[in-house]
Amino acid sequence: MHFQFRTFVTPNIHYNILYMTWKLFFTSSIGKKITMGATGLFLISFLVIHALLNSMIFYNDGGETFNHWGHFMGSNLIIRTMEIGLMAFLLLHIVQGLKLWKQNTAARPVKYMVSKADSKSKWYSKSMGLLGTLILIFLIMHFYHFWVPSRFGGMFNVQALGEATLGQEYNNQTVHNLYQEMLNVFGRNLMVVIVYVLGCFSLCWHLLHGFQSAFQTFGVSHKKYTPIIKTIGVVYSVGISLLFASMPVAMYLGWVK
Amino acid sequence: MEHYHMNLTLKIWRQKNNKSKGSFETYQVKDISSEMSFLEMFDVLNEQLIVDGKEPIAFDHDCREGICGMCSMHINGEAHGPWAQNTTCQLHMRAFKDGETIVVEPWRSGAFPVLKDLVVDRTAFDRVIETGGFISVNTGNAVDANAIPIDKKNADEAFNAASCIGCGACVATCVNGSAMLFVSAKLSQLALLPQGAPERESRALNMVAQMDKEGFGNCTNTYACEAQCPKGISVANIARMNREYLSAGLGTEA
Amino acid sequence: MNSNIPHGEMSQKWEDYKGHVKLVNPANKRKLEVIVVGTGLAGASAAAALGELGYKVKAFCFQDSARRAHSIAAQGGINAAKNYQNDGDSVFRLFYDTVKGGDYRAREANVHRLAEVSNAIIDQCVAQGVPFAREYGGLLSNRSFGGTQVQRTFYAAGQTGQQLLLGAYSAIERQVALGNVTMFRRHEMLDVVLIDGVAKGIIAKDLITGQLERHGAHAVLLCTGGYGNVFYLSTNAMGSNVTAAWKAHKKGAFFGNPCFTQIHPTCIPVSGDHQSKLTLMSESLRNDGRIWVPKKQGDNRKGSEIPEEERDYYLERRYPAFGNLVPRDVASRAAKERCDAGFGVGTTKMAVFLDFADAIKRYGKIEVGKKALTNVSEAEIIVIGKEVVKEKYGNLFEMYEKITGENPYEMPMRIYPAVHYTMGGLWVDYELQTTVKGLYALGEANFSDHGANRLGASALMQGLADGYFVIPYTLGNYLADEIRSGAVDTNQQAFVDAEKIVADRLNKLMNIKGTQTVESFHKRLGKIMWDKCGMARNEKGLQEAIVEIQALKKEFWSNVRVPGEINEMNPELDKAGRVADFMELGELMCKDALNRNESCGGHFREESQTDEGEAKRDDDNFAYVAAWENKGESDWQLHKEDLSFEIVKPTQRSYK
Repeated sequence: MHFQFRTFVTPNIHYNILYMTWKLFFTSSIGKKITMGATGLFLISFLVIHALLNSMIFYNDGGETFNHWGHFMGSNLIIRTMEIGLMAFLLLHIVQGLKLWKQNTAARPVKYMVSKADSKSKWYSKSMGLLGTLILIFLIMHFYHFWVPSRFGGMFNVQALGEATLGQEYNNQTVHNLYQEMLNVFGRNLMVVIVYVLGCFSLCWHLLHGFQSAFQTFGVSHKKYTPIIKTIGVVYSVGISLLFASMPVAMYLGWVK
Repeated sequence: MEHYHMNLTLKIWRQKNNKSKGSFETYQVKDISSEMSFLEMFDVLNEQLIVDGKEPIAFDHDCREGICGMCSMHINGEAHGPWAQNTTCQLHMRAFKDGETIVVEPWRSGAFPVLKDLVVDRTAFDRVIETGGFISVNTGNAVDANAIPIDKKNADEAFNAASCIGCGACVATCVNGSAMLFVSAKLSQLALLPQGAPERESRALNMVAQMDKEGFGNCTNTYACEAQCPKGISVANIARMNREYLSAGLGTEA
Repeated sequence: MNSNIPHGEMSQKWEDYKGHVKLVNPANKRKLEVIVVGTGLAGASAAAALGELGYKVKAFCFQDSARRAHSIAAQGGINAAKNYQNDGDSVFRLFYDTVKGGDYRAREANVHRLAEVSNAIIDQCVAQGVPFAREYGGLLSNRSFGGTQVQRTFYAAGQTGQQLLLGAYSAIERQVALGNVTMFRRHEMLDVVLIDGVAKGIIAKDLITGQLERHGAHAVLLCTGGYGNVFYLSTNAMGSNVTAAWKAHKKGAFFGNPCFTQIHPTCIPVSGDHQSKLTLMSESLRNDGRIWVPKKQGDNRKGSEIPEEERDYYLERRYPAFGNLVPRDVASRAAKERCDAGFGVGTTKMAVFLDFADAIKRYGKIEVGKKALTNVSEAEIIVIGKEVVKEKYGNLFEMYEKITGENPYEMPMRIYPAVHYTMGGLWVDYELQTTVKGLYALGEANFSDHGANRLGASALMQGLADGYFVIPYTLGNYLADEIRSGAVDTNQQAFVDAEKIVADRLNKLMNIKGTQTVESFHKRLGKIMWDKCGMARNEKGLQEAIVEIQALKKEFWSNVRVPGEINEMNPELDKAGRVADFMELGELMCKDALNRNESCGGHFREESQTDEGEAKRDDDNFAYVAAWENKGESDWQLHKEDLSFEIVKPTQRSYK
């Protein structure tokens, strides 16, 4: 890593003062942490919207409400623009994560023969890279199932989405039938459902660490507020993962038709 | 406290020097008193090795009262061994049972190269301090010590951060080999005191830059360092360092 | 002996000196090199202060970092005459207390200067970010210490030495970054190089590679601490040694009052033959704890099981006026007397009890009264009292439990005196210059300020005073004449010869290939010193000790085994050199103790005591500093620096 130094020389003393460029800031160790935390928090907020919209399937109305909002999200210019940001942030989160993993592995070239560090901290805190990788694998599958067909139609050997016409309540619009796609994916294939549920488990643990960790990275450490943040983090992580996991399960078991 | 004696098997890392490759050697020690300190047990072993015509094990130690920060052994998988808030020199043999096998390794970190056996080079810490772990006040320049009152809360917190002994157990313990607990303790101490204010920003930027240069890993907030620190330095200091760095890095023009 | 004390009134000497001292201009300072050996409070502060002035400083420490020097272990505090408590303190009182506490064997002018600069030390440390204890109003807190009548001790919990050293360490590292100081870590000084009788450099060993290095300079400062480890067991760090000071002594620097050793009364006792060092428990424990032994010899019951009427609170019995708070030397000797008479406790019988049971009850009752509680049982009072004691001494009790495995809240602690500090050291004049020109000694390494007994919280003060505020002036006075001498060439014959002598000695040690370990010799030396030159000394014992040490030295040089190789990291070889020097020093200490046929401060000659067994000073015959000149093997010549007391008139101490 290279740093530029500006040297001030006074008669007796000279100081090296770091000239902080954007690049230096974001490539420094703490800068990387901040990127991870910031993109992580953005993804966390995205998950809230994602989960809320997906919950529309629980109306159990043959997907009408769900497809309506799915269409809204897919056609609104602001949301589509934000989606580009989302993808960029996701990519940044992954790339920085990989860089961190590389730097951290290099920091201990010779490993311990015996290490009890496990007992000193939560296993998932130390396995963010692994959990992240599992989530990434899950995401590829998830994109293959939903995002690619809805955005690119028949690309990559993916079946294009069918269409559905919504009821009067929604002005009889014709939209992608994402709901049917969900039923197709989850309704028949137990393996896919299991993989999705496991993906949600990975997400849960990733969030359990990531949520509170992001706040620590932003320097929020407070006797009164930190315990609240930690509680919210646990409730959020478990809640959102359960909610997501319940969807494929509900469809597979036929609770949602 | 009941005293007892024990026989132990020791698996100890031996390495001739910085250039050579090391390996584990196994030793037996007999009749070790539970009243001995861990390093006194090493003294016994070394005496035995010398008498047997072998080379004793090199290890760092000096004050043997838990304050100089020189001792540095990774014992059975834990920096400074099994007792909480404790240094290797203050660990006593009553922590072990007769017949036990104890594995002793040096601190493992790319930034702390092994010099010999269990001795590592921690001058990286000195170099980090050189870039900003001070207040620039030449001797004789000071105002009266009571001229600036300091909130007792801040003074106490600065003291807690300053009680770091610079042993490197945080680096040795961290799954990523990160030095952020050490660096943040010094940054916190000086950030909490009004005397440290004039150099607050350059200090944060320079010390973090040097820390990165030394090749330490990155903090991923697992907090194992705090759990293993012999002085119980809090990870709240790392949060404070992040804050200092954020405001220095983004809030200043240069 | 010319101690170069400035003329004039005591309170004006230092001011006058500073006003007339020679100066070096900034451009010339850059051309002058200074070697500082040791980076404790004295060394780190000196190196930093000289670096700030613009001198080119080379600092050496044998540890892996300047921050680890043993000053770091000082617990209690640092004195200064700030009078922040408005309780009548002043520079004069600090000066007076220090001279009196030193049992009238210190040099008045030096002590007065120490008291004068004490206030500036506190200012400087606070400005460096040393987090001293504070009151709720944000101002500095003070406590009383070591029997003085004012509260003048500044402290940072039980880690004052650590915080002060880290302050000085940060100052030195700042100068390293600025290029004014070069640090040589894991380096040990093995000789001083003299050219035409003037110190011009050192021979140092790189402890990682074993290589010898020549370093030239215009002045050499030894800030290498005390030599308590000559007793093997002491509260010093394992690496603390006399080697640098001893090499200087052999090159012509006189050694002042070598026999003056401070034995600290409250240390955790030896638990067995394996013991490698002793741990101090802060003196503050004596404020509340009561010291006792059983009335019956060889009583094997647990302390808590011995009833009140079978206990002998011997300090309270012998010294009703001061009781448990008598000075360190008195408390130490009384403990030894009881143990020698067979009343000691614990497995080794070399310990006395320090008991908090009464304090716990007393504090419990006070607390009950404060909170206006009623119907409180005895057991509940004890629980409440333990909380109070925990708040005051919790960290010390914890440390005790860690080491001994015993709970001091339930059972009385066992304590015994241990070697703690050496008041003696290289003889220096007012400018801290030894009898070798260009060679200076600072801090515990010199003899100057504490006489025959050091007061609590004064060691830190002296180390920093010498480094921050004395040497920057006095060294300039010498270096002003060196500006024309140019860079020191280390290829000169004197350097070559000195290096060869050092190398030969190392080779000699390696090639003995005997059967006994270095450690075993050190232990044997320690035992001789402790038994015959320890807390109580007599003519017969000292004479025996000298013979025994000479025999031990002979055996060492014919039968020691140093493993490993010469050109690598070899801690055993390093230790061998240090122990060899300790043996020579031990002999001189016995000689000095033999010569000083009086009891003063920490030095107790059994021949010189009152009918009641108290120390008896002999001002008529011994009001001098014994400065020893080395003349060859086991051969020393005594020089006397007469001490005159213009201000503080000597009186006999009494604590009855």
